[in-house]
Amino acid sequence: MTMQKVKQMWARYRVFLLIAAAVILIVLPLLGFKNSTIRIFCRILMYTTLAGSLNITNGYSGQMSLGHAGFFCVGAYTMAILATRFGISFWLLMPLAGIAAALIGLVVAVPTLRMKGLYLSIITLGASEVIRIIALNWQSLTGGSFGIKDIPRPAILSFEVDSPSKFYYVFLAVAVLFLFVSRRVLNSRVGRGWISIRENELAAKSLGIQTSSAKLTNFMYGAFWAGICGAVYAPYVQYIDSAVFSLDEGFNILSMVIIGGQGTLVGPVVGAVVVNGLTEVLRPIGEWRFVMYGALIIVMMWLRPQGLMGASDNVLAGGKIKAVKKTRRLSAGVQK
Amino acid sequence: MSDILRAEGVCRDFGGLRAVSDVTMTVHSGDIFGIIGPNGAGKTTFFNLCSGIYKLTEGRVFLCDKEITNLRPEVISRLGLSRTFQSTQLFQFMSVLENVKIGCHAATKSRLVDVILHTKTYREDEEYTTQKALETLQRVGLSQYADTMAGNLPYGIQRRVEIARSLATDPKILLLDEPAAGMNRLETDALQDFLKQLNADGQTILLIEHDMKFVMNSCNQIMVLNFGRKICEGSPQKVSSDSEVQTAYFGKGGINHAQN
Repeated sequence: MTMQKVKQMWARYRVFLLIAAAVILIVLPLLGFKNSTIRIFCRILMYTTLAGSLNITNGYSGQMSLGHAGFFCVGAYTMAILATRFGISFWLLMPLAGIAAALIGLVVAVPTLRMKGLYLSIITLGASEVIRIIALNWQSLTGGSFGIKDIPRPAILSFEVDSPSKFYYVFLAVAVLFLFVSRRVLNSRVGRGWISIRENELAAKSLGIQTSSAKLTNFMYGAFWAGICGAVYAPYVQYIDSAVFSLDEGFNILSMVIIGGQGTLVGPVVGAVVVNGLTEVLRPIGEWRFVMYGALIIVMMWLRPQGLMGASDNVLAGGKIKAVKKTRRLSAGVQK
Repeated sequence: MSDILRAEGVCRDFGGLRAVSDVTMTVHSGDIFGIIGPNGAGKTTFFNLCSGIYKLTEGRVFLCDKEITNLRPEVISRLGLSRTFQSTQLFQFMSVLENVKIGCHAATKSRLVDVILHTKTYREDEEYTTQKALETLQRVGLSQYADTMAGNLPYGIQRRVEIARSLATDPKILLLDEPAAGMNRLETDALQDFLKQLNADGQTILLIEHDMKFVMNSCNQIMVLNFGRKICEGSPQKVSSDSEVQTAYFGKGGINHAQN
């Protein structure tokens, strides 16, 4: 019920709310926050895109990928290597990093095409580690454990993007672009194809949907955006090494998707805000906060498996039983 | 009358069991062709062989004289053979309209670039899909359920949604696996009228059904399977008077045997 009310409110005041949100997001760095606070905003925006792009794979086509950190890594290294060695422009490298990640995504996805569930998850998990270990050991290219430092910052003409509050706008632009493009994709033939695979692969196939190529496109699309994130992240922190892109990072992204709500566009946004917000709130208790995350995920799975923003009437909510019960009640009513 | 679906010596083994054995049959354009047989006769297996879900052990299948033996289900569907399932395989958590829209997937072709840039292809495809889906719902008489979640509908209507979804692919032949299963008499009669109407509009139909009255009244050609073999084929009158068919269904007159 409450969810429905929220939806009604949203439908009525949509334009107003969107404008308000846009204004707040644009003026936020100008309100005199400390640099450390702005950095948190940057993190949230970056994870909005990262979690959102993982959600395209996990939430929409239902292929549980655990290896998103790997594509993030590919994007970051593509940017770092090409920018430090050849001085290529950031704005050219950004889409290039996305394409590089998408191509690696293709390589990972092809052997997983005929697999489902756990098997697919394990392959993506392994792929993510393989990418990280290559980054760690290919010294001549990636600098090995020393990483790559002095990654040049982007510039627009002579205006250099050099402070967190300026990077904030780059992250914001990427997140908005991601949400805008993804919304278009999901409300189309392509998106419907992805969702149909999640809902019922057998039915999708028997309606002529080429599930293999749809899954490939889906996986590459998700990896592309992770690559873009990596490309912005590298010059933002100016120094990257392979330790950043560990499996922990992959699970961190995944936890935002799960907590926020798989299969909804707004879910990962909420997940990014909640998880990153919690990180800051719980900073005083140090490493113990990971225990809190663990507990939170368990509670979520128990009480609200569809995530904070997920609909209860969804495959991802384990809602199958609910729907069947309703059907019985309905058909009983018809027979009377 | 041209051939729509032709099976030649189709066989399928499961381990040591021959589930479908040397079945040869032809569905002509404009037929309502019925397949009947006792439980476990291999009817659904035969459907799965025609629609590419199982691979054939032996034999060949043709759709409009084009060989479709062992092609993948999505390819066969695109060539014009669309099917429903014995246990409905709906997209339960999508609305009825969205279910039918997915049926239009194969007929449209907009790609990732088109949908991101909203190109002409995208706009044409979306218009076609919406139009076609609404039209199909109207044709099947489900317009009032367009926005209802498919999984929440009564069983009889779910089956019709599945038929609507298949029809949206504009199939040359429609395969229905027990369309009347779980329906009451009224629903079954309505389905029968509906299928006859579809057929009058030129739709070729191949169906499996247990409801004898339904099959005898709606089909113009019937094939009887038993233990994977075709034991009889012909008009409803011919099939119902065939002694081998009666044996398969009722057994040989056991009491008389005992007395003799």
